[in-house]
Amino acid sequence: MKAVCWWGKTEVRVVDVPEPEILNPHDAIVRVTLTAICGSDLHLYDGYVPTMMRGDILGHEFMGEVVEVGEEVTNLRAGDRVIVPFPIACGRCWFCENRQWSLCDNTNPNAWMIESLMGYSGAGLFGYSHMYGGYAGGQAQYVRVPFADVSPLKIPDGLPDEKVLFLTDILPTGWMAAENCEIEAGDTVAVWGCGPVGLFAIRSAWMQGAGRVIAIDRFRERLRLAQSDGRTEIVDYSEVNVFDTLKEMTGGRGPDRCIDAVGMEAHGHFPDAVLDRVKQAMKLTFDRAHVLRQALHCCRKGGTVSIPGVYAGFVDKVPLGTAFGKGLTLKMGQTHVQNYTRMLLEKIMSGEIDPSFIITHRVSLDDAPEMYRTFRDKQDDCVKVVMRPAA
Amino acid sequence: MQTEKNVNIPERWASVLLGSALATYGLKSRSRGGFALSALGGVLAWRGATGHCMIYQALGISTNGEQRQGEQVSVPYGKGIRVEKAVTINASPESLYAFWRNFENLPRFMCNLEAVECHDSLRSHWVAAGPAGMSVDWEAEIINDIPNELIGWRSIDGSKVDNAGSVHFNALPDGRGTEVKVVLRYDPPAGLLGAAVSKLFGEDPAMQVQEDLRRLKMLVETGEIATTEGQPSGRKIA
Repeated sequence: MKAVCWWGKTEVRVVDVPEPEILNPHDAIVRVTLTAICGSDLHLYDGYVPTMMRGDILGHEFMGEVVEVGEEVTNLRAGDRVIVPFPIACGRCWFCENRQWSLCDNTNPNAWMIESLMGYSGAGLFGYSHMYGGYAGGQAQYVRVPFADVSPLKIPDGLPDEKVLFLTDILPTGWMAAENCEIEAGDTVAVWGCGPVGLFAIRSAWMQGAGRVIAIDRFRERLRLAQSDGRTEIVDYSEVNVFDTLKEMTGGRGPDRCIDAVGMEAHGHFPDAVLDRVKQAMKLTFDRAHVLRQALHCCRKGGTVSIPGVYAGFVDKVPLGTAFGKGLTLKMGQTHVQNYTRMLLEKIMSGEIDPSFIITHRVSLDDAPEMYRTFRDKQDDCVKVVMRPAA
Repeated sequence: MQTEKNVNIPERWASVLLGSALATYGLKSRSRGGFALSALGGVLAWRGATGHCMIYQALGISTNGEQRQGEQVSVPYGKGIRVEKAVTINASPESLYAFWRNFENLPRFMCNLEAVECHDSLRSHWVAAGPAGMSVDWEAEIINDIPNELIGWRSIDGSKVDNAGSVHFNALPDGRGTEVKVVLRYDPPAGLLGAAVSKLFGEDPAMQVQEDLRRLKMLVETGEIATTEGQPSGRKIA
């Protein structure tokens, strides 16, 4: 089968690889009908996530048709159409039972790698490096889905793939970003970054009762999409001072809730793998934590800063004194996708939201190498790339 | 493992005397090598004064036999390597005890154990994988057994490998599962057999036990052990 493989820094290849097989009793095999490149895949592409190996199959946003199930999977059968959340959850550990699916104890076979870095390991992820489990991803014609009895959600016939694909990651991620803000009626929510997660955070903030939403970016197409709901206000940070502008827009008070939907290029110190990348990564840290610092600075006293953007290593010069002085609440983490899929599917079916509005590029799997580059460089007004693996 | 005393009294005195002598000699010589000697002497003296040796700690060794008496281990304390690890499992002490009490289950999550065969309710035969395809085996007996609380076992006298272990099951409050704590001890024999035993416990015995316990947790909580072995990648071109 065809699969998009990581081949080293800024190189992906479409390679003919063997088809996946059932390895464990709770596995299923899914024939992928639609998959996407995620902004966080660019961290892998740019070589900032340690423990990637040449030949690893990429992709954690994918959906398709079940073709085979393991003996312990009783809720799915061949022919079912499913979306597959990106964190792999066992459904049985203490964390899963407490609905913290992305912190699952049992799905990362390489947990020791992350433990050496962070103390404890969360869930295994599809196509996201060996320290996150080393699972083959879904930018392929077929994919093995472990614990298929827990997370995949069946999609009714008649709903096009493009409307439901983003239930796998970015739509729930945008929703949880807003939820972590604990928005109260009349709140002003500021969202840094109008990529797919930021755009969904904006829509989610409105759905969760925000009084105003302000979007901050500099790419015209992204600001246009943010504004397309007719009520989100925009700030182009390349033209104005963000702090002054936000302060002025909010009567000198500051936004009540701030969302950092940018994050930074993930990086980390992994004992034997990345010493040579550390300097480069550290330099990046100084550059890219800018949004987090700015959000902490801009947020009103007693407000909330929610961080859906990915951080993976150490961040320097975070104004913790500011956060303390203003009594801020910080919430962050990988999305517990499984908590939101059913509810968001209903919103899609009722027409309350159509997530496909962010798609700018529809291509085949063979176009992956070019599309990674286009997306990374934000050329051609690229916001979201979806790929059809079928030949 | 903080700064427990792992050096015995005569050795501590020797350490202080030799260390002080080296430090004095080294400082007097006023050369680069002399300073290195005095530094070494300082470390030795410190080791003697505190009774804690970092090298022993790294090796998991203690020559101080006086400590840990009264702690419930099924193994007499002495020389050898000791490993202690714990994991929290979302299951009852009853089910975990029952699973472990049947030693034939152990190879399902202890990756270097090939097989355990129970002769009766107390005695069992253990086979472990060694280097170069050879295996090592021994007889073991249960010496401590409190249902749903703890199991202790040791290799019987005359075994090729002296080893012992115990597992403790501690119920946690408010549905937080059970803490499973394992203590293992073994005396590595010399030669090929020693190499086999070393392989059994891994290059890093603490890590080995930790990973075995992780597999136990996966197996008990989910019924399977997470793996990616056998999945496709671009390293295996079709």
